[in-house]
Amino acid sequence: MTTTLAGPAPVVAPGPGAARRRSRARLRERTAQWLFLVPAIAYVFVFFGYPIVKNLVMGSQDYTVRTFVSGEAPWVGLDNYAEVVTSSLFRTTVLNTALFTVGSIVGQFVIGLLFALFFKRRFPLGNVLRSLLLLPWLLPMIAGTAVWKWILDQDGGVLNEALGSIGIAPVHWLTSPDVALIAVVMVNVWVGIPFNMTLLYSGLQNIPDELYEAGALDGATGAKAFWHITWPNLRPVVSVVLVLGVIYTLKVLDIILGLTGGGPANATQTLATDSYRRSFQEFSFGTGAAVSNILIVVSLVFAVVYLRVNKRAVDE
Amino acid sequence: MNQTTTDARKLRYTIVGIVLLAFMLFPVYWMVNVSLQGGGTAANSSFFPTSVTFDGYQRAWEDQTGNLVTSMIVALGAVLVSLAIATPAAYALSRFRLRGMGIFLFVLLLAQMIPGIVIANSLYTLFNDLGLLNTYVGLILANATHGIPFAILIMSAFMRSIPPALTEAARVDGAGHFRAFWSIIVPVSKNSLITAGLFSFLFAWSDFMFGLTLTTGADIKPITLGIYDYLQGNVQSWGPVMASAVISSIPAIVLLVLAQRYIAAGALGGAVK
Repeated sequence: MTTTLAGPAPVVAPGPGAARRRSRARLRERTAQWLFLVPAIAYVFVFFGYPIVKNLVMGSQDYTVRTFVSGEAPWVGLDNYAEVVTSSLFRTTVLNTALFTVGSIVGQFVIGLLFALFFKRRFPLGNVLRSLLLLPWLLPMIAGTAVWKWILDQDGGVLNEALGSIGIAPVHWLTSPDVALIAVVMVNVWVGIPFNMTLLYSGLQNIPDELYEAGALDGATGAKAFWHITWPNLRPVVSVVLVLGVIYTLKVLDIILGLTGGGPANATQTLATDSYRRSFQEFSFGTGAAVSNILIVVSLVFAVVYLRVNKRAVDE
Repeated sequence: MNQTTTDARKLRYTIVGIVLLAFMLFPVYWMVNVSLQGGGTAANSSFFPTSVTFDGYQRAWEDQTGNLVTSMIVALGAVLVSLAIATPAAYALSRFRLRGMGIFLFVLLLAQMIPGIVIANSLYTLFNDLGLLNTYVGLILANATHGIPFAILIMSAFMRSIPPALTEAARVDGAGHFRAFWSIIVPVSKNSLITAGLFSFLFAWSDFMFGLTLTTGADIKPITLGIYDYLQGNVQSWGPVMASAVISSIPAIVLLVLAQRYIAAGALGGAVK
């Protein structure tokens, strides 16, 4: 908010009642200004505020299919959380969520950064190629997931065909509990690379050329220039990219449901898919809400980190 | 360094760039390739569509026409709702100084980070009470959650760069806030409205979460769910699946080619602003 426009003060002839008229005009002005915000505020209340509160409440209720008929959802305190946390599945989902997130972030970030560094060099068609790279990110995720499911198919999939041609036995990408998580990470990395590349590329563009010129005089070129000039100057953008990556990855549902449905044997079940499964497949909305409340807390921690980091990045 | 070696090196970069792109877009190629190989069984797809057939598209068309219409209605509806709500709010955030506006901005940033499953969980029960499950209105309102915070943030960032003198002049001439907003701010901000609208469209078109949770029957089902239906269980024939995936990708491809600069603006504005 850089500009302020409280509206031009109405011109009123001085005299009795002028003060009252002025304050009435100011009230009308205020009201007119608020009217612009009312629809957005109302929408945010209903579609963000209400769901969060409702979800917190549901997390402590025995909320099932019966609730829709009887309207009764008995209060159970922390029972849902106890049930979730003590279930044998919980350790698996937390571990999977952590592995899925860390694996995806590392893959997306490293490859995205390499791409960004590469496209920073100016060459013919560079810009066109770079913007076409956005495609995996813009496609409906379920469309990308569908083709990957066929690419990763154990019997006729093109990946196993290619591996076979260099003598590697077929891998059961989506049906073996040992590799399924790797497979979903791989697909999520593919989706995330363009986003990482775009943000990091713009970060690189903002590093003044003079820094590199000055560095070159001191003998800092190549890897040296990267570690002493590029990386320190890119740090604020890097933090933003990483935190946003975590927040987006925690939400991922389509890729996992489409590829494996959380299986085989829960090998790809994360907090997000488990919440969906409990609420919408077992109709146990109470425990589903409990799981997603845990997910909210994790996301919020990263959201707060993001806002702090972003604020610092903007300030600098 | 002389000119020819520089040129040679640049050419080498271009070739490497094309190889990287080919690698990244291989799945997209494969999607198109398999879609043109028809409705055969899960036998190996060949590397090139040597005998092109449109059987896959014919099946996809039979299965998905209704779902495509649904997605189109929902996505366009979400654009209208998002812009109608977000544009005035962006104007207010960029021009007025009202108590609590900072908090609202903060809430918008946080709102973008709430996992969709949390919203879906609660909206299901709310929509059930209001009779909005399996309705266009329900899906449109839910899908606007993808677009509204993003649209407000990106448009208010742009509107802040409009010189205040532009609206002040109109106000002195006696125009109310609404007139100043409608006849000056909106036309001047056209580009940021287009960016916000395009992304609201793509978000809603690609939506999976709300289609999955807020519809239960076959009557109103977005294309993403149509594809998901194919993926559950054993896929017998990949032709129609890939044809549906190709059809569902057309808006993204068209927008990327035709509206590249808006897409680039949005990709950056959403995160760094």
